[in-house]
Amino acid sequence: MSIRHGLLALLERGQMYGYQLRAAFEESTGSTWPLNIGQVYTTLARLERDGLVRSLPESEAGQRPYEITDAGRADLTLWFATPISRADRPRDELSIKLALALTTPGVDVRAVVQTQRSATMRALQELTRLKYASDKPEDLPWRLVLDAMLFQAEAEVRWLDHCETSLVRYRPAPGRPTGHPEAVDRTDEAARR
Amino acid sequence: MSVVLELRNVHRTHGVGAAAVHALRGVSLAVRAGELVAVMGPSGSGKSTLLALAGGLDRPTGGDVLVEGEPLGVLGARELARLRRRRIGYVFQDLNLLGSLTAVENVALPLELDGVGLRAARRAALAALDEVGVAGLGDRFPDQMSGGQQQRVAIARALVGERRLVLADEPTGALDSQTGEAVLQLLRRRVDAGAAGVLVTHEARHAGWADRVVFLRDGDLVDSTAPLIGVEQLLSGSGR
Repeated sequence: MSIRHGLLALLERGQMYGYQLRAAFEESTGSTWPLNIGQVYTTLARLERDGLVRSLPESEAGQRPYEITDAGRADLTLWFATPISRADRPRDELSIKLALALTTPGVDVRAVVQTQRSATMRALQELTRLKYASDKPEDLPWRLVLDAMLFQAEAEVRWLDHCETSLVRYRPAPGRPTGHPEAVDRTDEAARR
Repeated sequence: MSVVLELRNVHRTHGVGAAAVHALRGVSLAVRAGELVAVMGPSGSGKSTLLALAGGLDRPTGGDVLVEGEPLGVLGARELARLRRRRIGYVFQDLNLLGSLTAVENVALPLELDGVGLRAARRAALAALDEVGVAGLGDRFPDQMSGGQQQRVAIARALVGERRLVLADEPTGALDSQTGEAVLQLLRRRVDAGAAGVLVTHEARHAGWADRVVFLRDGDLVDSTAPLIGVEQLLSGSGR
């Protein structure tokens, strides 16, 4: 998701100035995605340049509110109607790390798996605690954000469990690095592949 | 907070000689009042063995199990049975509710076996059913209740009285995710009220309810999500 669409969605509720937008953004994501005020103003400037929002006259307190334009509304509608492409997401560092661990001499892959599982489990505990504490009806948007993070963490642990089971059965092809230093002490062997 | 359950270098071996199977190999673990510990690990890693030993349903082949400072190893069968009835609550995947008894009778049973009068036992059972949100179902038989309701009754039976140690083995069984979550919330609430809890599960989502998650692998405790005091083999055994 872009901050752009987040701000557009908030302005669809009504006109707001920078600090209000920042507060509303953090509230709706339960502060899991903190924004600095500079990001808010930079994004507003770009949105205004693209004709998606318009700035209104400053208030007496010196605050400049913004409102969404029809073009902004159309852009927002399109965003809600379009699924997020998996290809747009950042590359998954963890899966790449494990794939490399498996083929890098001297790496204890099970330890890599366990270190990650423990850390992810810790995150899952924190998220569960937060969810348990957010039981008021008005907490629903925040609970759904928490649920998303919970499901992702859970999926990661399940995948790590799966990796561990696969590792137990893993018999590297002859001459292939296994993660045990004694099996890969000949670098020319590794270089052959 | 005081330690309610303590495992000291506990071993459990089935069989002898070449055929010996080491279910647990020197596990040490302390669970305090107000603490919920989740035990995770692949099938065959020793999770259920650990729980059976903690609850006095099985005896270790080495090491000690202590409940509220009392070593279970020195207790005779009758004393052990009494300790189990009074201080330990079990929640199993298989509910083990007696089909010929109503909900309130199922929950009151351990108290009655322990010599508590009929009326007092019933009163305590109703309070426990109320605690788990099924106060109105006391007179129903198990087959007149949904799976989720039956599980709540099973939990009420585990919590009834002054049980200070609650042991749960995959307590959400085949329940849907919402009902399963409610079950864990009940467990959490009792622990927050001062009991010690051990939850065996293979579901990360359920383990998330714990204060600490420990990982078993081939009968060894290999890791924990928080530092454990006095369990040195924890880190040396992990290969890191």
